[in-house]
Amino acid sequence: MAREFTPKVLTANHLLEGDAIYRDGSGGWSRNHQEAKLFTDQREAEAALVAALAEPGTIVGPYLADAKAGPNGPLPVHFREAFRTRGPSNYNHGKQVELNHVSV
Amino acid sequence: MYQYNEFDEAFVRDRVETFRGQVARRIDGSLTEDEFKPLRLMNGLYLQLHAYMLRVAVPYGTLNPVQMRKLADIADTYDKGYGHFTTRQNIQFNWPKLQDVPDILSDLADVEMHAIQTSGNCIRNVTADHFAGAAADEIEDPRPTAELLRQWSTDHPEFAYLPRKFKIAITGAPNDRAVTKAHDIGLRMQRDAQGNPGYEVIIGGGLGRTPMIGKVLRAFLPKADLLPYLEAILHVYNLHGRRDNKYKARIKILVHETGLEAIREQVEAQFLLQRAAFEPVAEQVIANIEAAFAPPAYVSRPIGGDDASDAGFRSWMDTNIADHKRDDYAIVSISLKPIGGTPGDASSEQMRVMADLAERYGHSELRVSHEQNIILPHVHRADLALIYAALKAVGLATANIGLLSDMIACPGMDYCALATARSIPIAQEISTHFDALKIERDVGPLKIKISGCINACGHHHVGHIGILGLNRAGVENYQITLGGDGTETAAVGERAGPGFAADDLIPAIERLIEAYLELREAPEETFLDAYRRLGQAPFKAALYPDQVTRNAA
Repeated sequence: MAREFTPKVLTANHLLEGDAIYRDGSGGWSRNHQEAKLFTDQREAEAALVAALAEPGTIVGPYLADAKAGPNGPLPVHFREAFRTRGPSNYNHGKQVELNHVSV
Repeated sequence: MYQYNEFDEAFVRDRVETFRGQVARRIDGSLTEDEFKPLRLMNGLYLQLHAYMLRVAVPYGTLNPVQMRKLADIADTYDKGYGHFTTRQNIQFNWPKLQDVPDILSDLADVEMHAIQTSGNCIRNVTADHFAGAAADEIEDPRPTAELLRQWSTDHPEFAYLPRKFKIAITGAPNDRAVTKAHDIGLRMQRDAQGNPGYEVIIGGGLGRTPMIGKVLRAFLPKADLLPYLEAILHVYNLHGRRDNKYKARIKILVHETGLEAIREQVEAQFLLQRAAFEPVAEQVIANIEAAFAPPAYVSRPIGGDDASDAGFRSWMDTNIADHKRDDYAIVSISLKPIGGTPGDASSEQMRVMADLAERYGHSELRVSHEQNIILPHVHRADLALIYAALKAVGLATANIGLLSDMIACPGMDYCALATARSIPIAQEISTHFDALKIERDVGPLKIKISGCINACGHHHVGHIGILGLNRAGVENYQITLGGDGTETAAVGERAGPGFAADDLIPAIERLIEAYLELREAPEETFLDAYRRLGQAPFKAALYPDQVTRNAA
């Protein structure tokens, strides 16, 4: 039996900076996880992934990652995805300083 | 050190310009990522969790001050002001932007450096004893051989597409500081009965998901036979190494599945063919390489008295100084393991200070060790106090070489796309915790090595205490292995039992250390010696006290 679909965000790395980016509601890319579109429909999510794979000019390695709804937008589920929203833990580098990002 | 000739220079410049074109075509959309990825990896450019990462080769860990300063400049101009020295004696920059990488490679070419063959299924940077050319226990400096191997293996057409990556390590000393038994090929210099130098050839070692200690393929190989013999090994591997399964593609699996005897027969048969067809390396070429590694112009002058009044200096002298082959000289290990810091990281300012010290006091030589420290291999003992003071001023005088806080840690999930858990925060917590307890000196020699995934860049299998970070049901979890050893008495550590959550790991390590202090026969008995004498049981009991109680009940 197919596993039940869990909500996802579509994420990738930016071609030039390599930074984590997320598909937002307007069909563009945001560097902020909370601005990501939360896909609750499997077919829609997979269609968005296929579309992203066809736009290789700006992004690298798109994939669907588990996420859940939060008060200010989607939140990551897996700790790896949580790290991608912040940056490394040993230095104050990456999104945690560049985004003025609220830690999730 | 070795200086590029015209051929080396032209080759590296040409590769930079080729890659510049490839990057431009990727950015303008002419190349897809699938097309570009193998090209960038051939130039050491990875895409990690938060950014690109550029891995720059430091051949056999040898650097001169001009190169070290250039690394500092690159860190400031294109990165975030620091670099990360790795367990393969390389340096990694964690934040380059794709469009800047050709310029970085061009800057590196200015100082005879590059990032070629730091990735991909080719022969990688040949690593060597970081005390090479200086160590008191050395038969011969292994670096001329390492340089010969670098020239032979760079862009070698037959070995550009091996079943998997291929790593060679070499040591010229009986005390193995290059972990030769955990490499695809390990070379240990020996002398035959007539006193001629040659190599013990070890094959099929490796860490990763299937750790194996290398086996002796040839007990003594004359020096002149080295290249045809290695070609024979690589030929057999290239032909028979598995290409159907990435996880079984290393030569260690081939040796394991085929058997050492059968591999030896194949290699020796192929060797006869290779040797017959091999055009010997011109004596002049060998002589030129050897001349490039001639000992520095040592200076004889009084050593003077140590400044015994400074406890910090005394403590640093105890741990960070090793015997040089000359009595009036010493080998200085600069610890890149400050308490609470990131193992292997150096700021651009620190790199410049190390370059200045090497130039002023160290015959312009620096080494990167696989244990992620920097070495000044040739320092007159009269200058040690000055060097200590200069290092201390920039936070580089941590007196912990060979002790608990001198840990290896891979970048882990703070940077690496392959990692399953973080390594760096674990290293930071261990060093901070045990520093507060002030027991590091009492514990004595101890190697803790931390990897953030089974690929084992942090060498956890050969740590006296190895720590492996995994993802267990969506939480970081850390497995402990005990009794590993990366030296001439190499051994793969044994898994102690179930893993620990990050919060439980430090107390577990503390119980382990306390148990060792209780169990040892004398302060001279190291953790590893005690483990070998007693076996795993008492250490396991310390790690899992609840389990013992339960079993006893």
